Amino acid sequence: MTDPSGSPVLALDRVGVVLGGRPIVRDVSLEVGAGQVVAILGANGSGKSTLVKSLVGLNPVSQGSVSLFGTPLPHFRHWERVGYVPQRSTVGTGVPATVREVVGSGRVARRTPFRPMSRAGRDAVTAALDLVGMAERAGHAVSTLSGGQQQRVLVARTLAGEPDLLLLDEPNAGVDHASQEAIAATLGGRADAGASVVVVLHELGPFGPLIDRVVALREGRVTYDGPPDQLVDGGGEGHHHDDHEPAWVARLHHPLERGH
Amino acid sequence: MWDLLLAPFMVRAVIAAAVTGLAAPGMGTYLVQRRLSLMGDGIGHICVTGVALGLLTGTSPTYTAIVVAVIGAILIELIRTSGRATGDLALALLFYGGIAGGLVLVQLAGNGAFALQGYLFGSITTISYDDVVVSVLLAGVVVIAALALMPQLFAVSYDEDFARASGVPVWFYNTLVSVLAAVTVSVAMRTVGLLLVSALMIIPVATSQQFTRSFRTTMLAAMLGGLLASLAGVVVSAFLNLPPGATIVLVALAGFVATSPVGMVLQARRRARVPFAPESLPVHEESEERHRHEHGPGCGHLAIEHGDHVDYVHDGHRHAVHVTGEGQHYDEH
Repeated sequence: MTDPSGSPVLALDRVGVVLGGRPIVRDVSLEVGAGQVVAILGANGSGKSTLVKSLVGLNPVSQGSVSLFGTPLPHFRHWERVGYVPQRSTVGTGVPATVREVVGSGRVARRTPFRPMSRAGRDAVTAALDLVGMAERAGHAVSTLSGGQQQRVLVARTLAGEPDLLLLDEPNAGVDHASQEAIAATLGGRADAGASVVVVLHELGPFGPLIDRVVALREGRVTYDGPPDQLVDGGGEGHHHDDHEPAWVARLHHPLERGH
Repeated sequence: MWDLLLAPFMVRAVIAAAVTGLAAPGMGTYLVQRRLSLMGDGIGHICVTGVALGLLTGTSPTYTAIVVAVIGAILIELIRTSGRATGDLALALLFYGGIAGGLVLVQLAGNGAFALQGYLFGSITTISYDDVVVSVLLAGVVVIAALALMPQLFAVSYDEDFARASGVPVWFYNTLVSVLAAVTVSVAMRTVGLLLVSALMIIPVATSQQFTRSFRTTMLAAMLGGLLASLAGVVVSAFLNLPPGATIVLVALAGFVATSPVGMVLQARRRARVPFAPESLPVHEESEERHRHEHGPGCGHLAIEHGDHVDYVHDGHRHAVHVTGEGQHYDEH
């Protein structure tokens, strides 16, 4: 469950995030160990993306503290150990770029300015392309790919940096099922190799089998933290045509009321 | 004919045009990727104050323009990072302040706005030996930085958030691009003039990206295009007695216009090869919040027209009524 140094890979202690004067994340405490795969679930506006961005320094942590590999976030310098996969939004715009160029930019944390990419770096880029099944398209312009393929490229970019902790923000949004499965299989492989994975999801989908633990957020607070099986069975993410909470959300508030 | 081309002033002009044509699209490629295509124009405006300061103090306007442009570039980055909502407006203020300040300073220097003409429109045939040396050195720095720092500058320009999350000093590299763009503008000032500097940074990129798939090729092809347009423009302008700066830009534009039919065919063919991957439908997001009332006219929530229906702003987000067979609920829009 821990890094060789004895610390959890990721530790949040009563974390709060305030954006534009509004509290978005409140009082979230969480520990993630080596090799663990954690899904952060919640509706839009529940603060799940905001929380993940705070973990990589894109949003300020207003209250509480975050530690990465045992080091408090403000003092953390080994960013090559952390791989962030942002939401696919700006990919493929502007000047053309090939799949290999974009995936290669995932090595940027490990590179020295004015030095060419090392042999190990080129191998890591090739391996990452293979893992997501995009090796054949390495020379294609990213803008000519489908949404799902672009998302796979973003995952490969992060994998090329060989991180020990992967943080993914909604990798399934607007992505075809085949690509969702390819991404899920890739992440499963990384977790088996000892990497920790934190993935923000709208629903578990093809990720279900590899998730060890689900953390559900609602209005910025943790409403459920435990194994996924208590969540997925029953109604799941059904679409309820009434003005009340879907059944699974209600269960999140009272997970112990199910006869445990 | 060779007499004209080998005349010392012409040799100086050709060298200055060549290094400008190489350097300008190098930085232009990063500006296009960052969606700051017009930044060269803005820095050009600020340069007017720099030139005027040079005329006022009796120092070389090239040096004062570089100093003022670099300060302006750093200010632009500071404004951009301090807050996006007001950044655009603040940039506009900086740009207009630059050009107005320059005009006033030139008047104070007793030269009248006429003295600015050589800098606004370029004066490549009167460029001095010292200015050519400075141009070659600075353009060399820009070209080397554009190529050698490509891994870092590409990562930062392509996806700022990812670069920041990777621990890359994003502010440093963004500022570096802006400062190098400012240096490019100051160098190109003598060649094409401040009013047309941006054209030489952007048009070759627009031309080359029609045919390319990679960032590196786009930049190299744009630099080659910029070089060819600058050389052809200078030579053509000398023989036809046209203004060199404007001729260079027209040659670059002609290159874009001549190649765009081929580019359009290529892009259409490339699009046709994109597989029809089944994209999942946009998420239909149902609001989980309970409502104590039904949204409607007079409910107290701000109503906003949204296509064929009305959204109600509820606690910072937008709700739309979704009527179904089983009743109604609210969707997040």
